[in-house]
Amino acid sequence: MTEVAIETRDLGKQYRKLWALKDFSVSLPANKVIALVGANGAGKSTLMSIAAGILPASEGEIHVNGRVVLLSQEKPLYRSFRVAEMLAFGRHLNRTWDHQRALTWLSRFDIPLDRPCGKLSGGQQTQVAMAVALGARPSVLLLDEPLANLDPVARRDVIGELLAEVAESDMTVVLSTHVVAELAEVGDHLLLLSQGRSRLDGDVEELLAQHTRLIGPRADTPPIEGEVVQTQHTERQSTFVIRTLLGADTPVAEPWQAQPVTLEDLVLAYLKPNRSLGEEL
Amino acid sequence: MIAFHVDRAGSVPAYAQLVQQVREALRLGLLHPGDKLPTVREVVTSCAVNAATVLKAYRELELSGLVEARQGAGTYVSGTLGGSVDPAVMGELRGRLTTWVGDARTAGLEDDDLRALMTSVLAEPPGELTAEQRAARAARSADATDPQSSESGARP
Repeated sequence: MTEVAIETRDLGKQYRKLWALKDFSVSLPANKVIALVGANGAGKSTLMSIAAGILPASEGEIHVNGRVVLLSQEKPLYRSFRVAEMLAFGRHLNRTWDHQRALTWLSRFDIPLDRPCGKLSGGQQTQVAMAVALGARPSVLLLDEPLANLDPVARRDVIGELLAEVAESDMTVVLSTHVVAELAEVGDHLLLLSQGRSRLDGDVEELLAQHTRLIGPRADTPPIEGEVVQTQHTERQSTFVIRTLLGADTPVAEPWQAQPVTLEDLVLAYLKPNRSLGEEL
Repeated sequence: MIAFHVDRAGSVPAYAQLVQQVREALRLGLLHPGDKLPTVREVVTSCAVNAATVLKAYRELELSGLVEARQGAGTYVSGTLGGSVDPAVMGELRGRLTTWVGDARTAGLEDDDLRALMTSVLAEPPGELTAEQRAARAARSADATDPQSSESGARP
């Protein structure tokens, strides 16, 4: 039995008439990278805010194992504070504080300690916020699209260093992003939200092994049994993404062809069950 | 030391890409027994892949006897691939392939066409040698005593 980082039971959050989260029950494993994906308004930020304790839930329960830190797109930095002062501030605010870890992170990305935060570039500010977040030694680090203002190279560097931090500690990282392709080979566990509910939740490798794409002549149903996730028809051809407990290796009869799916395919299949030809997301 | 590269666009999982890159480096002689592989941390940070991915790749290489994990010291190459082939023969094969690729490009084939052609030939059953291949093989064994003459004599 793996340890659990975050557990919710029938969690719900209501804003006026709208439920941003509803009947939400998940159990997220500890010391893993959890990829949190979903369309805008699916409930990602609401879930993270509740987990961080800055937003009360309307119903249900949530339990987070250990200290939790949330880092969102708005960086919690004081513009007039120098970087070193920002770290001192973090040290003052947190009972547990790892100064060396914060300093190491900043030096890896060449952030000048004597520069006021307001004079740093957007990317550098992200690094300072990350350093303060890591210095607090969270058990669970919630990242709500904080890497959005980094260029692709810097983003990859940050994700690489973060993965190393996860490997070297018992930290759990929950990472939400719009850039699904980027999550391939990064997330251990996928949590896909749709309209405030959990649509797909599981170990990435297991999920990929359970799904397959079947391509063949126009048909109303796929040639093998399974839950149809995505259907796509043209005049002569049908494509199905199905979830089958028999596994993606199940042989299919000619002329059908089975292909493995990537993490991006999988997410898009669930987010867009009926895709018509030529339509882009 | 080799540097890994992970391509996220394709459907080949990252761990399989890492395994393949080590095997390829062994085949090309870029890695030798005793060489150290990058640490898990180095691969994680440079390729931005999960540590579990790297561990899985290293475990698979270990199971196939190509590398060994030394307690606390890292992962070292312990086996060889294609190492039994004479480097001179390897060089000659490479040279002929280079010529062939040049000819194919001149004929208007794209790199993808070349790969498809290679795959299709590899998929053919070994079968009988053609007359031309038999002649070439005979010429090679005859040349073994006099390597100089093969350059001018083999081509029509």
